[in-house]
Amino acid sequence: MVNWTAEEKQLIASVWGKVSVEQCGAEALARLLIVYPWTQRFFASFGNLSSPTAIIGNPMVRAHGKKVLTSFGEAIKNLDNIKKCFAQLSKLHCEKLHVDPENFRLLGDILIVVLAANCGKEFSPACQAAWQKMVRVVAHALAHEYH
Amino acid sequence: MLTAEDKKLIQQTWGKLGGAEEEVGAEALWRMFHSYPPTKTYFPHFDLSQGSDQIRSHGKKVVAALGNAIKNLDNLSQALSELSNLHAYNLRVDPPRFSLQFLSQCLQVALATRLGKEYTPEVHSAVDKFMSAVASVLAEKYR
Repeated sequence: MVNWTAEEKQLIASVWGKVSVEQCGAEALARLLIVYPWTQRFFASFGNLSSPTAIIGNPMVRAHGKKVLTSFGEAIKNLDNIKKCFAQLSKLHCEKLHVDPENFRLLGDILIVVLAANCGKEFSPACQAAWQKMVRVVAHALAHEYH
Repeated sequence: MLTAEDKKLIQQTWGKLGGAEEEVGAEALWRMFHSYPPTKTYFPHFDLSQGSDQIRSHGKKVVAALGNAIKNLDNLSQALSELSNLHAYNLRVDPPRFSLQFLSQCLQVALATRLGKEYTPEVHSAVDKFMSAVASVLAEKYR
């Protein structure tokens, strides 16, 4: 059981309230594929990933980014039960998608940079700390059912 | 590997800080202590409260070293040689490839909050690669 202070919950919710899930999701996934190009190995069927411009404009990347961040939103609604919330997704990532959990950490960090760029100064150190904890917990939950 | 384009983007980005480098350094450290409490174990001798003089002055040192590295992107090994020795033999901070990712993340967040949209995916990638290269050089002499 993860312990969230009232302040952490408030900081997470307040940033989330300002986020366009579609926009930030698309941006985070695109940046993952750009900054860590080896992650493209999981998206061979996504078509043109040949340049940052191609990746950013790729409709499959945008759609999938939105899907991923929507999932994140579920975690935020279920902060006290993230492991259970992500049990199925965890099995999926292990058994069907074969994704090394290290990639969850990479995406989490990238998401935080995207949030920082979008929120500017409002993304205070306390905000960042709450969100770093959030992405760590999500990554852990996604890795939990691996075998 | 840092491409010519990466190097250009890094230098441009650093240039945009226009004198705020020291502030960025102190902020990056403060963020790191906040988000990754174990990093504080290397500073038991510091006043780690917000705005402390020691954090400001250490942030200034870190940023000066990075600034120097940025002026010498074609020869990072040499530019960082002293620091590499210091980290390996004196400081013995957990090999930079593990710890530096925390500082790198916090530096990037500090940059992103200031630059907003200008912290493009290409800039993000270049800075991430740069910090990774710095970490490699700093870890070179560990064993």
